[in-house]
Amino acid sequence: MASKLIDKYMREDHLPHIWCPGCGHGILMRNVAKAIDNLGINQEKVCLVSGIGCAARAAGYMDFQTMHTTHGRAIAFATGVKMARPDLEVIVIAGDGDIAAIGGNHLIHAARRNINITVIVFNNDIYGMTGGQYSPTTPTGDYGTTAPYGNLDRPFDIGLLAAAAGASYSAKGTCYHVPQTIKLIEDGIKHKGFALIDCLGVCPTYYGRKNKKGGAVEMLTRQKENMITAEQAYKLPIHERESKVILGKIAENDFPEFTEEYQKIIDRLVKQNG
Amino acid sequence: MKNNKKLVINTAWCKGCGICSAFCPKQVLEVKAKVKIVNLDACIYCGQCEMRCPDYAIYLEDTNNDA
Repeated sequence: MASKLIDKYMREDHLPHIWCPGCGHGILMRNVAKAIDNLGINQEKVCLVSGIGCAARAAGYMDFQTMHTTHGRAIAFATGVKMARPDLEVIVIAGDGDIAAIGGNHLIHAARRNINITVIVFNNDIYGMTGGQYSPTTPTGDYGTTAPYGNLDRPFDIGLLAAAAGASYSAKGTCYHVPQTIKLIEDGIKHKGFALIDCLGVCPTYYGRKNKKGGAVEMLTRQKENMITAEQAYKLPIHERESKVILGKIAENDFPEFTEEYQKIIDRLVKQNG
Repeated sequence: MKNNKKLVINTAWCKGCGICSAFCPKQVLEVKAKVKIVNLDACIYCGQCEMRCPDYAIYLEDTNNDA
């Protein structure tokens, strides 16, 4: 028994999922399904690739062509799929640790290459599956099982990182702002080139508990209060802006796309050599 | 205005996180161990609960085709 959307895009025999009560990944996974549904893309033409981690489980639950691959390497597998079958809509779902730590190198180079795949990051600021170790996006001073006295490192902003590395589309969404995040995912899928949507997640079990940030409801309420649009941020004085997170597009550019450029070389050589 | 939507709960999938009742603008829902409808008359069928339920345990069903 499930809604039409879930019925169509999820493997219901695998539900309910293993994610904890209040985990934001469920909300984000529905957003991905809804975005694909809104775009009216043929389900058979979508290839969903994931690595390892809580977020990566989504590839098992969603009813598309799916691949559950090795830790951090989802983008590498996705690149292979896209090169072999440029007609497929290739989407990567990854967690913050998966994409920015173990797979950080794949991320920056795929962004630089600007290959037409869409990466959706379920960014919950922690390694959930392995027991709450701090990740590359854990804010400075926050706690994790491997940071019992507070995290010394400064966090990555994955959206800015991808944009700086050359991704032609980069955006930031949240679990709380559902319609806005669905729209950002839709635009990312439609976009020709490397698109990354960094979605701020909610991990009440580890991040919330370790940092005394309350349960899922408190964490979602904080997202509601702390996220503003770029236009709103522009109007705020700088000292107030620092505590806010900006929701929406970070970059949207028209750069040459890798599979198209590759095809041009093939066409040129075929013509030259008869 | 004729309402052609129905609020459906799949109790088996509910993990009792309380997100639906916290963000319901009309206090229609209550979550103790599982979600329960306590005031259906107040429901405005906005779908806030459906879009934030991480477990797909609550949703609006279209009843348009029913006689």
